[in-house]
This record gives sequence, C-alpha cells and structure tokens, in this order.
Amino acid sequence: MPTKTVMDSDSVNRTISRIVNQILERNNGARDLAIIGIRTRGVYIAGRIAGEIERIEGIKPPLGTLDITLYRDDLRHKAEWPKVKKTEIPFPVEDKKVILVDDVIYTGRTIRAAIDEIMDYGRPSSIQLVALIDRGLRELPIQPDYVGSKLDTLSSEEVRVRLKEADGTDEVNLVTG
Amino acid sequence: MAFERKHILGLEELTAEEITLILDTTESMKEVSERDVKKVPALRGVTVCNLFFEPSTRTRSSFEIAEKRLSADVLNFTTSQSSVVKGESLLDTARNLEAMGASMIVIRHPMSGAPWLLAKKLDSSIINAGDGSHEHPSQGLLDLFTIRQLKGRIEGLRVVIVGDILHSRVARSNIWGFMKLGAEVRVVGPPTLVPKYIENIGVKSFYSLDKAVEGADVVIMLRIQKERQDSEYFPSLREYSRFYGLTREKLRCAAGDVTVMHPGPINRGVELSSDIADGPGSVILEQVSNGIAVRMAMFYLVASARSSG
Repeated sequence: MPTKTVMDSDSVNRTISRIVNQILERNNGARDLAIIGIRTRGVYIAGRIAGEIERIEGIKPPLGTLDITLYRDDLRHKAEWPKVKKTEIPFPVEDKKVILVDDVIYTGRTIRAAIDEIMDYGRPSSIQLVALIDRGLRELPIQPDYVGSKLDTLSSEEVRVRLKEADGTDEVNLVTG
Repeated sequence: MAFERKHILGLEELTAEEITLILDTTESMKEVSERDVKKVPALRGVTVCNLFFEPSTRTRSSFEIAEKRLSADVLNFTTSQSSVVKGESLLDTARNLEAMGASMIVIRHPMSGAPWLLAKKLDSSIINAGDGSHEHPSQGLLDLFTIRQLKGRIEGLRVVIVGDILHSRVARSNIWGFMKLGAEVRVVGPPTLVPKYIENIGVKSFYSLDKAVEGADVVIMLRIQKERQDSEYFPSLREYSRFYGLTREKLRCAAGDVTVMHPGPINRGVELSSDIADGPGSVILEQVSNGIAVRMAMFYLVASARSSG
C-alpha cells in the first residue's frame, strides 16, 4: 500500500509546542485549564500538552482521559462493538476551560460524543478542541480550535498517527488505497 | 476478544476468557456509577423487560438501575400483577412482551432451566436472574468482581461456600465461576444439604465448618432459604446456627485477610453473627453496589453480540 509520511518525529514535537503556545496565548496562561485526551492516542498528546504547559508556566493543569464508547451514535450499526475502557476525570470540570485533545478529526462524531460525555460531568466554562491532524470530510458542524496540520483526504484513505508512548516512534502517515 | 453470546444463562457454559471480559467491562461501568450524572446513552432505544416470577427486591432493583444507567427503556413484569395468575404459559407471556418490542428479557423463575427454554424459542436476548436451584450468573459474576477487585486475583484463592448447597443457585454459579478462574472451591454444610456427588465436578466437600475454613481467603455464606425448606433438612435453626453459623471464633483458622460475602438478604444470627456482617472483613454492601456495574456490563456485551448477528 502506498504510504506517504506527513509528519516525522521533529515536526510532531514542533507542532505540539506550537499548539501549546497558542493555547496559552488564547487563554492568557494556564489558569483554569484542564486537559482531557480521547482514547487512545489523544491521551498521549494530552499528556504531552500538559507536560509542556507545566514546563512553560510552572503549573500542571489537571489531566483526564475520556473513553467515548458508551456515547457513540453508531453502536447499533457496528458489526463489532469496541471494548469499553474507563473514563477517568479525577477533577471537577465545573467552570474549567477544557482543552479536549484527539489525534485526528474526521467526521466529527467522536467529538460530538466526547462533548456529551464531558457535559455529564458538569458544566465547563468552555471546551476547546485540539486535533493533531484535520483530515476534513466532516459530517457534523464541529471545527477544531487548534490544528496541527490540515490534510485533504479521501474517505478511502487512512491517516495513521503513531506516537512514542504506544508505537515507539512519532510519525503521521497517509495510507492510500 | 469479542463477546459472541446473545444470552447470558449461566456461568457453567461461559469460558474463563468470557468471564474475564465481563469483569473487565465491569471496571469501566463502575466509573459511570461514580459520576454526578449516572447515565450513558449506549442502550438508547432498546427495550428491556424484567420478568420476575419470584419475589426479589435486590436483584430486580439492581437490574432495573443497570438498565436505566444505560438509557434502555424498562418494562417491569411481576407475576402477582399479571396474566400468569389467569393461567397464561411462560412462553406465551414472554412472546407477548417480545411483541411489545422487548429485545432483552431478564427472567427469574422458580423452575430450573426456564431461561434456556426462552432462549431457544424467542428472538430476544435472555439474561438469567436466577432459575430455581440452578444458576444465578449475575450474582456469581459480582462476587467474582468484588473479590478480584479486593485481592487483585482469583487464581489460587481458597474459597469456601457455606450452607444450603443443595438448593442454592448462588452456590452453583459461584462454584463454576471461581473454578473456571482457577480458585480452589470448598463447600460445607449439613450432610442433608450437600449434594452427595458434588466432588465429581472438582470441589472439595466438608461437613465441618472449622475444617472447611482452614486457610480460607474467601467465605461465602448462603442464606437459609426458608421458602425452599419444604421438608426438614436439619432439626432446628438454632442447631444449624450452632454448627454452620459464622462467628469470629470460627473464622480464626481462616487467612488473616479473609473476606466474608453474603448474597443477601441476611438472616442475622442464623448464618452470620452481626459482628461479622458489619465487621471489617465483610463486603456485603460492596457486593450490592458492584452488582449494578456487573449487570451493566452484561447488557452491553449481550447487546454487542446481538448487533454482530
């Protein structure tokens, strides 16, 4: 299968640093920020963002993990249901500025589910969305606030994000065919 | 591994992998019960019917809460208020509920095997909430879950089940569940209430409580089912209690961190003395709250198997 490398390890790191700076600029620092990553790879990016914020601002924002399986809108159409994993939000989201993190934004349905789930935990003052890759082809009116890289893709193509924490290396590939 | 069963009827027919998947899924479901808004949309649009032919508060309420936390529509059906008293057969009753749109039926029935009959004849998914003196899989699973959470493992533990083994569906489900996950299972009770050939399935049987609890990590007390004692199995409750009631004294030979379980409702002073029921090793209330999460996991997995055909 033809594979094109869209980001290598350096550019993944530079992109995350840039996003962190944009987050801090837009929110005037790290006050009231909370970072929530969507399973699986959003969690690793969220962890890096939280670490980077701590390095720059000296405050580590609370970090949470979201498993959106129970909120999916396609359960009844799926042949195989995903294994449910744990959501862990060990802090009150009430009045927090939640930075929601995913690796790839595609149809927007995952983000819809994630927003619904966060709302069940309380009422954050805002939710801002980070996506390392925006591959277009949205089916819902949802847009990220911070984007690493925008790709024009076909639905037949696949965007593969590999991260050190899970895959041993940082890399984004576009697989065609 | 994907769960491929449309029904959960008993632990005897589940594999160790399937049981482990249910317990893992339960971990995730438990978190939902700890939130402010204890509800997720996973089973929206699914109608679940609770069909109870025997009185039950705990199990029925626990199933109902589990269904509601997954956003299913719930239909409760108890025999005292139904056409069953007019002579309708079990199958006809269940078919009618299915015609009303129920796609999952939770059944408790005094006849062993009743859930299997429904599973064979209906399209709905059947979940056994206790059939006669046969199986009570959700109770077995929640006991396994509670112990796994507490001790970090099931394998290698010494588990003692005490009391009316003959009539107890909780005992049967626990025997299968704990054995499949690698525990050593002992049963103990008066000779009239311990089935004669039970050692053939791989458990050790005892008539002396002191001997049975030696080195035990878990002691599961069964309720003396007064409603099932149609003939005399022991001379008096007082005598039963002296020989098989659990007291601090009798627990002394067990492991230091022994856990005491009881499926409820407790006959205080008969199976358990109050200092044990309310004591540090008792997880009886923990069992009740874990029961909801276990049942949510059962629904989720059965629904997933249904949708994959």
